[in-house]
Amino acid sequence: MAKPVIKVEQISKKFVISHESAERYTSLRDVIAKKAGNLMGRGKTPDQARREVFYALNDISFDVQAGDRVGIIGRNGAGKSTLLKVLSRITEPSSGRIAISGRVASLLEVGTGFHPELTGRENIFLNGAILGMSRAEIRKKFDEIVSFAEIEKFLDTPVKRYSSGMYVRLAFAVAAHLEPEILIVDEVLAVGDSQFQKKCLGKMEDVSKNEGRTVLFVSHNMGVIAQLCNVAILLNKGTIEANGPVNAIVDRYISNNGNAGTNSYTRAENIVDNKRNYFNKICTVNSANDVISDFSFDEEIRLEFDFTLNEIVPNLLIGIAMLNKYQSRVFTILKPVSFFNNYRDNRYRGAVTLPSSTIAPNTYSFVFQIWVKDGDVSKYDNLENICSVKIHDSGTEYAIYEGYDYGNVIITANWSTE
Amino acid sequence: MATKQPEVQELIIESGRSEKNYWIDLWRFRELFYILSWRDIKVRYKQTVIGAAWGVIRPLLTMVIFTFVFGRLGNLDQKSSVPYPILVFSGLLPWQFFSSALSEASNSLIGNSNLITKIYFPRLIIPASSIIVSLVDLGITFGLLVVIMGFFKYLPPIHILFLPVFVILAFFASFGAGLYVTALNVKYRDFRYIIPFIVQLGIYVTPVGYSSTVVAQKYSEQVRFWYSLNPMVGITDGFRWCIIGEPLYWPGFFLSLGVNLFFLWLGVSYFRKTEKSFADNI
Repeated sequence: MAKPVIKVEQISKKFVISHESAERYTSLRDVIAKKAGNLMGRGKTPDQARREVFYALNDISFDVQAGDRVGIIGRNGAGKSTLLKVLSRITEPSSGRIAISGRVASLLEVGTGFHPELTGRENIFLNGAILGMSRAEIRKKFDEIVSFAEIEKFLDTPVKRYSSGMYVRLAFAVAAHLEPEILIVDEVLAVGDSQFQKKCLGKMEDVSKNEGRTVLFVSHNMGVIAQLCNVAILLNKGTIEANGPVNAIVDRYISNNGNAGTNSYTRAENIVDNKRNYFNKICTVNSANDVISDFSFDEEIRLEFDFTLNEIVPNLLIGIAMLNKYQSRVFTILKPVSFFNNYRDNRYRGAVTLPSSTIAPNTYSFVFQIWVKDGDVSKYDNLENICSVKIHDSGTEYAIYEGYDYGNVIITANWSTE
Repeated sequence: MATKQPEVQELIIESGRSEKNYWIDLWRFRELFYILSWRDIKVRYKQTVIGAAWGVIRPLLTMVIFTFVFGRLGNLDQKSSVPYPILVFSGLLPWQFFSSALSEASNSLIGNSNLITKIYFPRLIIPASSIIVSLVDLGITFGLLVVIMGFFKYLPPIHILFLPVFVILAFFASFGAGLYVTALNVKYRDFRYIIPFIVQLGIYVTPVGYSSTVVAQKYSEQVRFWYSLNPMVGITDGFRWCIIGEPLYWPGFFLSLGVNLFFLWLGVSYFRKTEKSFADNI
């Protein structure tokens, strides 16, 4: 294997948290007061005891090969941003060593250093220089940046008069035209309208896939990570929990964060109703037989259910429907109860597997019914909004539209043109 | 990629590693220095309605008041061989530069905290570029001095050619102290209240409204020597030497210079020592 472009060896970053000071900064006044207190012979201040060492990063090691697109994922506080800050030399590690070969540019925020009083044109130069471009480089790319940002008309307007959309577009346009060998990007795509996000993502893809640059990318949007990166690092409380091909890591992150079992339905034991036929237990299961509520788009969802039938009438059906978050039905599936086997005194068990790569990433819940067409439904069970599941994007081309209502299913359509 | 450098330099990040190439890095980031200075200048003259006029009114009013208070009420103008307004103005020139540069520099890190937490560059650039604005102000004030000299039909001595040397000294005087204060400011925010106080008192303990020869006449050479512990005394004397040809008191000048060098050393070394943790503390 070739020499890695980034070699991280046992990096740790510790912070000392003093529980006493609620303020963000100390003032000299406090320090003097405390020192004076010590001199007066009050001995050790309780302050000493209340200090706590906190490791934002703890003994992290990994290699990045040239051309890798590395997604860094983890929950809030896992150390993602600290890792990026250490890699971009903003803050120093407490121990460990990093070797980087190549020019690094980091984009931890969109529009760092933008000054509201300056015009769009001036801010392009300012921001470009801050991100590490030379004036000659910016001048060469100037037109490209302006047309990418779509702000030609407002080039000489102070950016304080820009709409927030224009502001973000301009800021990203400058960043997108950086040409470092290694690009470090924090969650910056979370801003701007979806149209522009798509454009940015396309540009990022272009930069990483086609031009072969190394990219380190932090995002909470698993779909974007899966689409953009080829490898991923999963951080948890400052340590590396997993490291490898992106899909495996993203799936692991999703299933780790699924609230195991909490979405299952269990009929209360002591319930008093006149229902003769009812469900005892319903849960959602993944292919590894774990009861979870978070699934990846390319994963099958198996619904397992257990029900009791005390009154079997002709044409009795099990009906399952999926509801989207607006409470409208995505689909309904039906099966005669005669299909299921009685495993002990009037109890039956069954399962149904929903196809993978079909239902659009979003949050859904289910309706479970035992019923007869034109019959008295109240006699039987009718459960609505149970077993809610979240389907996570695993890198579809619609990943950046996460959160928008673009429909309930993703289909493969055949396009053509004259 | 258009600008592909053939040699790949390896960057090592380690705890406590004082980069050997810090000063080379500083040179590499010179464009950032230019652009930040340019930003500060641009913003300064854009935001204030009267802009450059402000740079004229302030020293002019101070000169009028000081001429009246020290010259007329203090009866110092009789001893002066040059028009008293020119004597005052030649002292105001370095003082105003020093005080504004010191205030700008000491607030510079806090004012640019958004850059510090988001991007890497040698932090020294921020206080250095903030002083450039004061340098532009100094240029404006100097233009004003030329006008005043024209008004009094006064011709400066040939020493005026040495003025740039003293401007550079004044630059480093404010830079050294500014570095120290701005680095302290990151950790202890109450230092920002100290600077206006220093500036307010400083104008009286520095020979601005009077010449430092007055100190020697009133007391003794000895007093004048220790008076030069104030680092701005030597520099102000230098300005006067250049502009009105007042003889330079060398022992005092060297003492001031020494104090300035000490502050510069203190400022740079403290700044370098704490620089790494700015992003964590700010």
